[in-house]
Amino acid sequence: MYDFLVNLVGNNIVAFFIAAALPLFLFILPYALLAVLAERKVSAHMQDRLGPMRTGYHGILQTVADILKLIQKEDLRASSTDKSLFNFAPYLVFMGSFAAFAVLPFSSFFIGSSIDVGLFYFLAISSLVVAGILMGGWSSNNKYSLLGAMRSVSQIISYEIPTAVVVLTMVMITGSLNLHTISDQQTAFFWNWNILGGTLPGIAKFLLIPLMLGAFIIIFISTLAEVNRTPFDIPEAESELVAGFFTEYSGMRFAMFFLAEYANMLAVSFLITILFFGGYHSPLGYLGNTLGVEWLVPIEQFFWFASKGLIFVLIQMWLRWTLPRLRVDQLMTVCWKYLIPYSIAILLLVGLVTLI
Amino acid sequence: MAIKTEEMVLNMGPQHPSTHGVLRLELELEGELVLNVIPHLGYLHRCFEKHCEAMTYPQVVPYTDRMDYLASMSNNLGYAITVERLLGIEIPERVEYIRVIMAELQRIASHMVALGTYGVDIGAFTPFLFLFAEREKILTIFEETCGARLLYNYIWVGGLSHDIHPDFVRKTKDFVRDFKPRITELNNLLSYNKIFVERTANIGILPADVAINYGITGPNLRASGIKWDLRKNDPYSIYDRFEFDIPVGEGLYGTTGDSWDRYYLRVLEMEQSIKIIEQAIDNIPDGDVQSAVPKRIKPPKGSIYTRVENPKGELGYFIISDGSLNPFRVKVRAPSFVNMEVFNELCKGHFVADIITILGSIDVVLGEIDR
Repeated sequence: MYDFLVNLVGNNIVAFFIAAALPLFLFILPYALLAVLAERKVSAHMQDRLGPMRTGYHGILQTVADILKLIQKEDLRASSTDKSLFNFAPYLVFMGSFAAFAVLPFSSFFIGSSIDVGLFYFLAISSLVVAGILMGGWSSNNKYSLLGAMRSVSQIISYEIPTAVVVLTMVMITGSLNLHTISDQQTAFFWNWNILGGTLPGIAKFLLIPLMLGAFIIIFISTLAEVNRTPFDIPEAESELVAGFFTEYSGMRFAMFFLAEYANMLAVSFLITILFFGGYHSPLGYLGNTLGVEWLVPIEQFFWFASKGLIFVLIQMWLRWTLPRLRVDQLMTVCWKYLIPYSIAILLLVGLVTLI
Repeated sequence: MAIKTEEMVLNMGPQHPSTHGVLRLELELEGELVLNVIPHLGYLHRCFEKHCEAMTYPQVVPYTDRMDYLASMSNNLGYAITVERLLGIEIPERVEYIRVIMAELQRIASHMVALGTYGVDIGAFTPFLFLFAEREKILTIFEETCGARLLYNYIWVGGLSHDIHPDFVRKTKDFVRDFKPRITELNNLLSYNKIFVERTANIGILPADVAINYGITGPNLRASGIKWDLRKNDPYSIYDRFEFDIPVGEGLYGTTGDSWDRYYLRVLEMEQSIKIIEQAIDNIPDGDVQSAVPKRIKPPKGSIYTRVENPKGELGYFIISDGSLNPFRVKVRAPSFVNMEVFNELCKGHFVADIITILGSIDVVLGEIDR
């Protein structure tokens, strides 16, 4: 992608900026707009309602209207807030969640930066969100925000451990930290996906399947907690803490937190897709290859990648509107007493299996 | 150097998503642990009792609507029965049957709000809307009958404001038929949900002796395992003619008298109310609903205390008559107010999140606490 742009515009720096900004403007912003609407529609239909119906056909312009409204709002700030931290926090959260997309391969052609420590970068940069949340919660000088931020930080940091252990397991199997390489290993058909044992030969593949299923469930639960979604939406627990760490925020800064949440949901869904479900690869083969139209293949890949990721986003929404919320101590119990021991057990077993 | 620590005082409400109105809670916290809870009341005080002294007896009825605004019919019923006993008048059969059906429908509607908002408190939003869709059907039945959806002013002293709508019987039967599967649905979606049980079982345990000492009534008392229901123990209207059980808390998932018990008891009570409605709906006799309404209510000198089983608990009216057109004194024993007193006892040593759980499980209505 980057090389292609260098050839196209003939300038390294310009190509770099375009490569960095393209996913944001082409995919993530439209996605965020769509996801907010989708959440409202999904919840509405689950609850025998219609949801937004007035703005555009079946309310498809509702989020656009909301964003326009939020932009026009006065930039409110309580007098006792820590000004600079308060102003900076939403951007840090926003940055942390959007920067993660830089290393995600949307197709074999469309990848912001194909670095060799992609997986490591992904985990590291998404931890920036924690700093932003803590800043926002502390600088608001509001007890609800503080409680929410404290909960959030302990939650995200705890749940990063099972995520990291599962990621480590996958690194052991794939032997790479490069997300592009990991995706490419699971090429051809769906039985090569890591959830079905990857491309390992013979008996090892079958031994891996139950372990991979376990690893997938663990990483799905822990990423759900990392992005603060129900049943782990304790930091924002509306009925207890009003809105958690962003209680004091309004207008566009609030929208920043909101969009970051949805971007985060998508980022972790993509991570799961890449690690377990073949990344951008089609489960059945490509129409472009069959027809001999080569430029069609990346587009198909993009389609598969996006649909796999969006399915997980949909599952996250579905869970949100079905399940109640856990309590803080129960949340920690789930993490430290169940997820972490199991993930370490899986790590050990996978290590044994790969020795076969 | 010693680190200085202090308890955090968190002011929850009066503007808060889950204080069920304008309740203000002052929480003393150590981290997330609650050391003490002080409820501050009075944000909704409207001088109901003083107002009544300037009103004639029938004029008080609309005021009773506004106490427990989720159970206006039951409030009307209590007041009407009290004044009728003071006057010593006989009520036509038809009126009694309609009153019972209305009161039981109202009980279901009130419990539905309690259960739904309880779900929201715990983070499950969907059951709330499912229940409100059902409640809507009850409100439609009420609206057709008396023209109002929330504050009915329907049950008058000596009768009713209107006769029932011709569609009333059919619609009520339809509702009863459709409602039974909804209870199963609610149980599957929320009541037996693992997370919900984890959140509510063993939280805010109210032992039977504490409940009696504090004068707790209604579902909260029965959830502690005490079979006390005024419809059976001190029958009013025609409740002695119907077959129904008094469910009590059994501590199915935790200890008897915990939040889950209080929640689940309301589910069971809705089933019993359905049972009463089914028995009453086919037997409504003919007659004039206003034949016994007195033209001029002027009770003899004296006083009376009457209590009825409201959805929230025991609603008592104490009325002193000085022989004039206006009551000399109207005192209301509001169940929510009494039930609220035990709140601090239940909350100590729990987490912030549990405060919301416990408050929701007690099911208070601020309109009734402050009157």
